[in-house]
Amino acid sequence: MRKNFTRKKEKAIELLMSASSLVSVLTTIGIIFVLTADSYKFFSEVSIVDFFTDKEWTPLFENKHFGILPLLSGTLLTTIIATLVAVPMGITIAVYLSEYASRRFTSIVKPILEVLAAIPTVVYGFFALQYVTPLLQKLIPGLSGFNALSPGIVMGIMIMPYITSLSEDALRAIPTSLREASYGMGANRFQTAFKVMIPAASSGIIVSVILAISRALGETMIVAIAAGQEPKLTLNPLESVETITTYIIQVSMGDVPQDSLEYRTIFAAGLVLFLFTFILNNISFWVIKRFRQQYD
Amino acid sequence: MIKRIKTNKARIKDQLFKYFAMLCTGLCLLVLALLLIDIISKGIGRINWSFFSNLPSRHFDESGIYTALIGMVSLLFLTVLIAMPIGIMAAIYLQEYGTKNRFARIVEINIANLAGVPSVIYGILGLQIFVRIAGFGNSILAGALTLALLIMPIVIVATREAIKAVPNSLREASFGMGATKWQTTRNVVIPAAWGGILTGVILSVSRAIGETAPLIVVGALVYVPFIPEGPLDQYTTLPIQIFNWTSRPQQGFITNAAAGIIVLLAFTFLLNGIAIWLRNRWNNKVKF
Repeated sequence: MRKNFTRKKEKAIELLMSASSLVSVLTTIGIIFVLTADSYKFFSEVSIVDFFTDKEWTPLFENKHFGILPLLSGTLLTTIIATLVAVPMGITIAVYLSEYASRRFTSIVKPILEVLAAIPTVVYGFFALQYVTPLLQKLIPGLSGFNALSPGIVMGIMIMPYITSLSEDALRAIPTSLREASYGMGANRFQTAFKVMIPAASSGIIVSVILAISRALGETMIVAIAAGQEPKLTLNPLESVETITTYIIQVSMGDVPQDSLEYRTIFAAGLVLFLFTFILNNISFWVIKRFRQQYD
Repeated sequence: MIKRIKTNKARIKDQLFKYFAMLCTGLCLLVLALLLIDIISKGIGRINWSFFSNLPSRHFDESGIYTALIGMVSLLFLTVLIAMPIGIMAAIYLQEYGTKNRFARIVEINIANLAGVPSVIYGILGLQIFVRIAGFGNSILAGALTLALLIMPIVIVATREAIKAVPNSLREASFGMGATKWQTTRNVVIPAAWGGILTGVILSVSRAIGETAPLIVVGALVYVPFIPEGPLDQYTTLPIQIFNWTSRPQQGFITNAAAGIIVLLAFTFLLNGIAIWLRNRWNNKVKF
């Protein structure tokens, strides 16, 4: 009798726990469902060809255009600037910490750099608008108050710790025997780092870069504060641009009537953003699976 | 002779890289220092008691963060209340129960994917599901549910790591004494992993505390001159108040924003500090 009760209780608890892990699956299904359902309604009114070819994005104006290209160019521009800042610096620092610096130095500097990743993004937005932009305006006369350059650089600093931290872990995971073999052949630190260690840790380094890029694509507050809200089809970093994420914020803050075409634009724009990050994530899974080297 | 030049060149490259890397590292630390100095110098003068106790106002020198602070704390409290039990149970299931089955594998891939979804997308999910379909409106509850989904992957991953670190011998000893699987999990595994689990939860809260974008999408208001009294009330939070002040043209509001950031950073660093302290303490105390 009592045994039976215990067994039932065990089963019930297991069921409850599997239901909890179902929540995460439901979240994914929910995201895909919500984005596609309203995007579907959106694309029944706006042609998908126009969406990808029209060079203007003016859903909130009298003369409506629904071309995603200006938002895409804004998103890509700020992401490219951030990547150009973060990747060379992030990997350089990772190599320095794992191959050059003393253990003690690394153990102090790494946590400090990780503080950069813990700072809320709204703080970076403030820093970009109030400090970096005025500084850049002194160096580049005629730079507008809202531009892609300043938030791009600040975003690069924000994502850099991801690259440093994960790449450093990947480099540390390479067995010392490889490093010693290289030194034994007469190679110096630089040659060892670039000819042996980086190639051996390449999958981890690539994954860290992809993760950082996907962070930059989805970053919202820095660009919403410092890049402006003008959708413009341009790759000029000195102009003000609007990203997909900023547009979503702009619509959420305004009073667009629900269930209107204007309201649905955020779902279509959100779907494009989601697909980008989804593809990047899956590339990184593939890299991990395909290129991971086992040393045992 | 030729060989000599070659090794020399290699040495120069080595040295150049070393200095370049030191420069990069220094530059990052400098940026961090500049950010903190800039914000503190702009905002510290505004930090006084009335800044904490005043309601928001159209006049910057009368504006305070009282409602934003209360809103933020209630929001986080509710978020943890939702995310912690579900996240921990999910992690226990994946690590202890369903290790080999297909469902667990799907959930695992799914969690890795969720961690890469931009936070503003979670906002859109919350807007449609919690604000509109469930009818919670622009309430704290809708915001907390959205944030709970956002931090769930962090809680799950951290809990799994903590449970993974519990040695099998402990489980086997418990089974040997005749304990069932759940009894073993509850009385042996969870207590042994508790420090790690708690660290993960605190880190996830420090992530949630700075989240702004998804809350704007689910309708946290910019101007709330009252205290939320229940989970279905409207609210604002500190990051949103900061965002609002940052986008005003008057210098007085910029000062307010900087002062708000000092408070927000204090919270963030405090939580991170507690998490690190807890982790170290736990690592020293429990040695398997």
